[in-house]
Amino acid sequence: MGGWSLSHVGDSAVVLEFEQTLDPLVNARAMAVGGAVRRAGQRGVQDVLEGFCSVTVVFKPLETDLTELISTLQREADVQARAIVGGREIALPVCYGGSFGPDLGAVASFGSCSEQEVIRTHSASVYRVYMLGFMPGFSYMATVDSRIAMPRRVEPRVRVPAGSVGIAGMQTGLYPFEAPGGWQLIGRCPIKVFDIENPNPCLLRVGDSVRFRAITEEEYLQLG
Amino acid sequence: MIVVLRPGFFSTVQDDGRWGYQRLGVQVAGPMDRVSHRLANLIVGNCSSCATLEVTLRGPTLKFEYDTIFVVTGAEFELFLDSVGVAMNTAQVARSGSCLSFGERRSGARSYIGIAGGIDVKPVLGSRSTHVASRMGGVDGRALKTGDRLPVGGDVIRSVRSGPKWEVGAEVAKEGTRVRVILGRDHKRFGLEGVARFESSRYQVKRDSDRMGYRLSGRSLKATSAGFDFSSAVVTGAIQIPPSGQPIILMVDHQTTGGYPSIGHVITADLPIVAQLAPESWIEFEKCDRASALTALIKQERGLMVDQ
Repeated sequence: MGGWSLSHVGDSAVVLEFEQTLDPLVNARAMAVGGAVRRAGQRGVQDVLEGFCSVTVVFKPLETDLTELISTLQREADVQARAIVGGREIALPVCYGGSFGPDLGAVASFGSCSEQEVIRTHSASVYRVYMLGFMPGFSYMATVDSRIAMPRRVEPRVRVPAGSVGIAGMQTGLYPFEAPGGWQLIGRCPIKVFDIENPNPCLLRVGDSVRFRAITEEEYLQLG
Repeated sequence: MIVVLRPGFFSTVQDDGRWGYQRLGVQVAGPMDRVSHRLANLIVGNCSSCATLEVTLRGPTLKFEYDTIFVVTGAEFELFLDSVGVAMNTAQVARSGSCLSFGERRSGARSYIGIAGGIDVKPVLGSRSTHVASRMGGVDGRALKTGDRLPVGGDVIRSVRSGPKWEVGAEVAKEGTRVRVILGRDHKRFGLEGVARFESSRYQVKRDSDRMGYRLSGRSLKATSAGFDFSSAVVTGAIQIPPSGQPIILMVDHQTTGGYPSIGHVITADLPIVAQLAPESWIEFEKCDRASALTALIKQERGLMVDQ
């Protein structure tokens, strides 16, 4: 297991960074540290954000005992052995291709394979949710099979419809709301993954295992 | 109720922000100029977490349907209650049926209307703050429209205070300002020359600047590649350098994560000053350490203290 570094971010945040790599173990360490900081409930701490391999803590500069916060972070970061906390297993239905997945053809060309093979490959893997961010409930999942790991579009779309499932290199993700975006869109999911009426608004959590299940347009309409 | 007769350019309900959900991707929002927002609550006797109306560049016209007390803080506007001129930063009594309207803007970009009891729209995930991009909070997650009716909280007015006047009017010249920055851990990616160029350049606030970010134009900056392109958490005040080389200062509506390197961060005490820069103002940056940033913030907080 690698080391870590701690840096200040302006006057109101600190970031703890592990080795910069796409690794469930490193991500699990970041999650564990983030959870510990939240549980400590230190005065002045406003937000704790886990990333792929980092934890950022945002705080009120004049109300936070920074020495205490840093020592919590250091102590937790030094815990080397972290079990990969088993997230839940979640199956997300996706209607691939057509108007729901306008970039499916491009991904097929990228992978020198058929569209069917892209669908088979994308829905065969189990993905870990590494991070939530960008917009409410947007999940960054990995690892996409290298054959279909097409980079982001050069020109981002002004409008990506809600429910769109996309690929950006080794990452795959789901847009909960309509937004501008540059991911290669291969399908659409009819499930609402973010609901502000729910006290736990987000269906997916960091650490969850997600599998995509190919569905037909009829099934999509029934589920939607 | 308060009736919106004219919405102004971009008026939104804001409280202290939707904190605690950024790990789910939920943006914080809240007031761009936290000092003027707090001052508005303070002057009308509200608790600091009450919601105010943030007004941008052109003010709204509001009709009060009951007797109340209000104040306008922040960017300096001509103000009228019915047709009588009234002062900013001073509690005003509004009788039922009277109208508050805004005239010419003299300095700054954003004003805050504090109303005794606070704007009482339904909280979403614990906050009344409007975040337009994710359609959360405020009035249906959007800026005010003509005909909107704003409910007001029933809290009894504790006491109206003559608040200290924050120097936003004096400090934000019409033309621009200098702000203090703490260099970030990415700054080395710009080299000594890049950092020197950043510190010695005058940038202009572009017209498409908004609550998500201030887009600047001026001398461009180039980062060396980090070889790692995964997004990570970003914070308000971060000065990001996208591939175009033109800096973007992340403001309160910013996305929770981002992938561009940040050359530095505007100190907390100077964020309200950035928030008061109108499009086409100039901005310059000067290096600052954390100790000076905290001293500046303490000084600012002292200025907000009032005799009870």
